Amino acid sequence: MSAIILFIATVAAIAGWWLSQQRLAAKPWLEEGVAVDFRGESGSSVPTAKIGLGVFLAVVGSLFALLISAYSMRTNMVDWRELPLPRLLWINTGVLIISSVALQWALMAARRDDGEGALVGLVVGGASAVTFLAGQLVVWQQLNVAGYFVASNPANSFFYLITAAHGLHLIGGLVALGRTAAKVLRAAEVSQVRLSVELCAIYWHFLLLVWLVLLGLLTGWTDNFVDICRQLLS
Amino acid sequence: MVDIPFDQVTGIPPAEVGEVELYHPKSWWTRYVFSQDAKVIAIQYSITAMSIGMVALVLSWLMRLQLGFPGTFSFIDANQYLQFITMHGMIMVIYLLTALFLGGFGNYLIPLMVGARDMVFPYVNMLSYWVYLLAVVVLASTFFVPGGPTGAGWTLYPPQAILSGTPGQDWGIILMLASLILFIIGFTMGGLNYVVTVLQARTRGMTLMRLPLTVWGIFTATVMALLAFPALLVASVMLLLDRLLGTSFFMPTLVEMGQLTKYGGGSPILFQHLFWFFGHPEVYIVALPAFGIISDLISTHARKNIFGYRMMVWAIVAIGALSFVVWAHHMYVSGMNPYFGFFFATTTLIIAVPTAIKVYNWVLTLWRGDIHLTVPMLFALAFIITFVNGGLTGLFLGNVVVDVPLSDTMFVVAHFHMVMGIAPIMAVFGGIYHWYPKVTGRMLGEVLGRFHFWVTFIGAYAVFFPMHYLGLLGMPRRYHDIGETAFVPASAHDLNAFMSVAALIVGFAQLVFLFNLIWSLFKGKEAGGNPWGATSLEWQTPQTPPGHGNWGKELPVVYRWAYDYSVPGASRDFVPQNEPPTGLPAQGAHP
Repeated sequence: MSAIILFIATVAAIAGWWLSQQRLAAKPWLEEGVAVDFRGESGSSVPTAKIGLGVFLAVVGSLFALLISAYSMRTNMVDWRELPLPRLLWINTGVLIISSVALQWALMAARRDDGEGALVGLVVGGASAVTFLAGQLVVWQQLNVAGYFVASNPANSFFYLITAAHGLHLIGGLVALGRTAAKVLRAAEVSQVRLSVELCAIYWHFLLLVWLVLLGLLTGWTDNFVDICRQLLS
Repeated sequence: MVDIPFDQVTGIPPAEVGEVELYHPKSWWTRYVFSQDAKVIAIQYSITAMSIGMVALVLSWLMRLQLGFPGTFSFIDANQYLQFITMHGMIMVIYLLTALFLGGFGNYLIPLMVGARDMVFPYVNMLSYWVYLLAVVVLASTFFVPGGPTGAGWTLYPPQAILSGTPGQDWGIILMLASLILFIIGFTMGGLNYVVTVLQARTRGMTLMRLPLTVWGIFTATVMALLAFPALLVASVMLLLDRLLGTSFFMPTLVEMGQLTKYGGGSPILFQHLFWFFGHPEVYIVALPAFGIISDLISTHARKNIFGYRMMVWAIVAIGALSFVVWAHHMYVSGMNPYFGFFFATTTLIIAVPTAIKVYNWVLTLWRGDIHLTVPMLFALAFIITFVNGGLTGLFLGNVVVDVPLSDTMFVVAHFHMVMGIAPIMAVFGGIYHWYPKVTGRMLGEVLGRFHFWVTFIGAYAVFFPMHYLGLLGMPRRYHDIGETAFVPASAHDLNAFMSVAALIVGFAQLVFLFNLIWSLFKGKEAGGNPWGATSLEWQTPQTPPGHGNWGKELPVVYRWAYDYSVPGASRDFVPQNEPPTGLPAQGAHP
């Protein structure tokens, strides 16, 4: 359970930092009148939707940290048989990186008030995300053909579960991306949709980060790192 | 930390925050059914939660009938008994208490108490309720599928949860897990709203340290729930895959009915870790809103400011953080490294410190207060007593050496019913009696309320106090029929019969409460805007019940904390949060 504890500790540190900015040592019973010179008086200046996305990403992060925790607890058992990862996975990773870059491009275009550029970025990002998903399905297909079924070994089960969880989140993101693209098409001013584009980009970068961590885990790249951590802890 | 002076300035501009585009319902359907107004959603949540809660209440009657008079009721067999305990536990903990505190109280009170017009994402908030309703419907449907609901116990431990010896192995367990997954998705949508509304939609002058403790409790509980429920989601999905696809996340190699199963190598302990990583924070997800509500009730009805407001806030935050590092104290008998047991016992005992601070502060708030024994106050006092009772037995069970012999006995059942059954439901009732006048504009019937309180309070103790004793005798939980055993004397059976009669009476009192809810809606005394003389913002709305958008034209401006009761020199014994200091013109929404 170390992954999730680490994750919760990170969230707690962020929450603690934020709380430390909130004058929690104030004595409200002595303070009458309107707080005039105080930034924490009402909400922060960050857009509400962005904070909403931040909270949501914490929830998603918790979900994946738990999956990683379960995965690392299970790998230690004797019946664990690594499955060979198809090469296609690396190509898919490349495609997902392209997708993320495209969304960053869209965001930068939106900041320049370049509606067309933003739309191109969104479409390219969406298309490459769909390609990534299709690629993941092909990976499943290849594994199935090679006889690595979902129930034949826990390593396989975890592989399918983790890739499916990541894919589902990407599909959810694609819905939001589609709506954003439609908004960009309709909007008279790019500034109206800048925030939506930014939210999509943040979500995409987050999912890319999650994927890279998961890939490191599934390929065993992080094994050495995990071993070092384990030695430090014990 | 530097104290920034709070100037008493004149000429403050009217409320600048929160003037958002408000969603306006256009038809009857969007006003009352598919409504995006947090107040309507709150009522929908509450009615749904109480309805499914009634099912769980009836199940508890059936369980008590079997325990009190074994062999008398031929329609309750061992399988059904297991199904009853499972569904009773699951419904009460998740579909009633969690949904009612966060979806019900949270939706109604957060926007009003922080001075907002509505939740920040109203559409998502509406979706949250409908997904929750779907989860409840899926859960209720398990009573009608072949094989009936699952009888795996509310903890759903594998491997037994999905093996053929357990009732409901066909459809019951599948639908149960599906329902949990839906519940978590729905809750996440609502939870995002509660958190971000508190962060972003507070009105002018409403600093965090001026929030009523109810908001602090619900806010912290929601943050915890958002981080803890994914553990249940992961566990449910993996268990569902084990059941449906034959994977072996949790299922070890085992022989079922003389045949080797297809499963192999899975780890049941892994499930327990995931389940309790959710399950223990869940206790505080239910307790923290109750703490907050009780603080506000005690202060209002004792006409005295809450003692140690800062400590109360810090304690809520500390409890929230600590509750993530105690989960394995539910697993002392599952086999673990003794050092882990020591670690988790220590953290468990440490969490008693902030909790005790809260109890002391409640008692000190009452000390030399002007205590009005109204119905909400009675429930609040009952909460404190019951929570202390349940908390103390929690200290027993938190120690490994005491827990091991008491595991899976009635002592544990008595403990958790006291601490997270009776205590939170007292807070729920107190809250309903307190805020019903704001929701409906009429007072809840006083006589029926007192009857409801005394029967529920004394009755609940008649059920659960003797249960501790049965547990100490060694009477196991989850047994359909104890039968003749050497260590259970005949008197214990008499005690069981007594408890069952008490349980039936307590259940009956809840029907009186439901009747009161409906009767008072039409015949209750007119309440006016602020019947209790309370300070917090929800009592200062221009209309009662609050209209769409809560505040009329302007948002309220907050000048003080929520606990200015019996202020020396003030003209009344309470000063509302939006009342300006002497010499300043009033601004913003006012009654």
